[in-house]
Amino acid sequence: MGEYKLLTKDFGATDLQTLKGYEKTGGYQGLRDAFKNFTPETLIAEVKASNIRGRGGAGFPTGMKWSFLPKDVFPRYLCCNADESEPGCFKDRYLIDQSPHQLVEGLLIASYALQVNTSFIYIRGEYHDQRLLLERSVEDARAAGYIGKNILGSGFDCDVIVHGGAGAYICGEETALIESLEGLRGQPRLKPPFPAVKGLYGQPTVVNNVETLCNLPHIVQRGGEWFKSLGTEKSAGTRVFCASGHINRPGNYEMQLGTPIRELLEEECGGMWKGRSLKAFQPGGGSMQVLLPQHIDLPLDMNAVQEAGSSLGAGAMIFMDETTCLVDVSMRLVDFYRHESCGKCVPCREGTYFESELMHRLEAGLATRAELASLADICSNMDGRCFCPLGDTATWFVMSAYKSFREEFEAHCGAGRCPVRAQVTALVA
Amino acid sequence: MTLQAATRSTIEHARDRYPHPRSAILPALWAVQHELGEITPDAMGEVAGLLRVTPSEVEAVSTFYSMYFQHPHGRHEVIVCINVSCALRGADDIVDHIERTLGCKSGETTADGAFTWSSTVECLGGCGGAPTMQVDHHFQENLTPDRVDAILGSLRDGDSALGAGPVAAGTPPRRAFGAPGRPPATPPAGAPSAPSAEAPAASPNKSPVAKVSRAARVVPAANTPLDTPKEPDTAAITKPVAKPRTRRPSKDGQ
Repeated sequence: MGEYKLLTKDFGATDLQTLKGYEKTGGYQGLRDAFKNFTPETLIAEVKASNIRGRGGAGFPTGMKWSFLPKDVFPRYLCCNADESEPGCFKDRYLIDQSPHQLVEGLLIASYALQVNTSFIYIRGEYHDQRLLLERSVEDARAAGYIGKNILGSGFDCDVIVHGGAGAYICGEETALIESLEGLRGQPRLKPPFPAVKGLYGQPTVVNNVETLCNLPHIVQRGGEWFKSLGTEKSAGTRVFCASGHINRPGNYEMQLGTPIRELLEEECGGMWKGRSLKAFQPGGGSMQVLLPQHIDLPLDMNAVQEAGSSLGAGAMIFMDETTCLVDVSMRLVDFYRHESCGKCVPCREGTYFESELMHRLEAGLATRAELASLADICSNMDGRCFCPLGDTATWFVMSAYKSFREEFEAHCGAGRCPVRAQVTALVA
Repeated sequence: MTLQAATRSTIEHARDRYPHPRSAILPALWAVQHELGEITPDAMGEVAGLLRVTPSEVEAVSTFYSMYFQHPHGRHEVIVCINVSCALRGADDIVDHIERTLGCKSGETTADGAFTWSSTVECLGGCGGAPTMQVDHHFQENLTPDRVDAILGSLRDGDSALGAGPVAAGTPPRRAFGAPGRPPATPPAGAPSAPSAEAPAASPNKSPVAKVSRAARVVPAANTPLDTPKEPDTAAITKPVAKPRTRRPSKDGQ
């Protein structure tokens, strides 16, 4: 347990961003091994055996997702989801910035396993430099014969297209991503049919997260059994955790799954800043429920965190110290969902609006108790009733914070200002 | 025709690259914005013709995505994140500082057409270096008011060195931010890039993308050390007087 560098092992090596530098660290050996040692079928079996679960947030087993593709229906498509926009999440940017070829190699291995001849990397519009870096890397890989016709003499053809988004969180949802790739507004599609059956251009499609794909060169080279030995039984491998907030050393830390959250906070992140104490934290990014100091010894394990009432989500850990106003934090997150709601379904489009208006009044100390009581009503009309998970998750943090910090929420009612902020200011003065 | 031949050829190239020409709408709109600085109705019509879709289909896309501009913006685009991770580390103070310095509100353009700035709840993905902003698409992290001054000041210097003089309000020149010839504004080594004492000195994920130091290319003309926070050049700029604004006390009491 503890820190374990698998994906990030060579980060910091000279010229790792270039093809030559990446090859020097053993880069593209995974792709060679995939062609040499595996057929597409055995490669899928190996990934299944590794027990790797998707790193994008939902944690769905990758091998199982791959096996849903109907046999003998071609062409198929693979999309790498690099539309990282979850509040608090910045691992995909880190993985791309540090080692773009690792992602390209992983993408090619997955393409080979799935027999995909055109793969896409959908990267969010805000990651402008990262998109340029990936485009350059793809061109370099093409020139070196890793992309194109008859890759490394294997007889396998694959083209890679880097596609830049333009500012829409919802395009991280796989069907919205597919719509966006087709040149449409990024609004989710009804499931079923699932993308594995009918996805991009109506063809079987797999959407995988950046970090998931970055794991593949290592699984191919060291075997699924070895990979499974890392982490816990239900959560194999490592994850890159994005730590931010009131801590001494924010940043990305690759940890073996199963490591206690306390170790991440105290050893890697240097503890809470300014000698203050932890008030609350969010273990999975903006969408996930708030956890309390008593949960700090939980293992970084998808199931264990789920049992505590939250989720590891996309691996973003936001730590908040004792001066934090949970109403203010909820207000910002609800604003985020209001801004990012695609407008397709009413509960989300209107619900996030109501939530946001209410939270602004509450944070300003203007809401009445009756108004606050309507929060639960608004949220219960959204959670589970929205077209896609965006609307559901728009209620999770605020409801969990309301439950855990009820007194703080109620103290805002009619206070005329934020009581937490007032208290902190008074203490400092 | 509205678009230059080079832009049209970029769009045609994108169109031929995808299995379906419609997929090239997003890259095509980026190419349009790169040339014109905004997405105009004429340009959308031209894109539609090139991609063999209807103009309304192009418009539907261009109005959905928040990074496409439907109206002219300033020469430089400044976006400050105010989502949770940045807010916990003082984003509100940065927002207040930028509003005072630039003398206009979030979403507005400075009178000289130099900057359009906005605060956004859309997490930029710079939480490890919070508070964060993006200037002309490039990340600027671990912000302090001094560091913001240095970054904005170096952009102003760069503009005057390149001959982009002040322009009348509301008519920024037709060029996209981040266009060639404008390297990212990265303060030189020694500039106050290190955060304040409490904040960590080094985030483990610094961008490895080599950025050309603006100082190397522009400062000889401006002849001002970048690490000295600069007063905006009031002679060259019609700077509206910032309205007095009640500052929200920082949560850290600093």
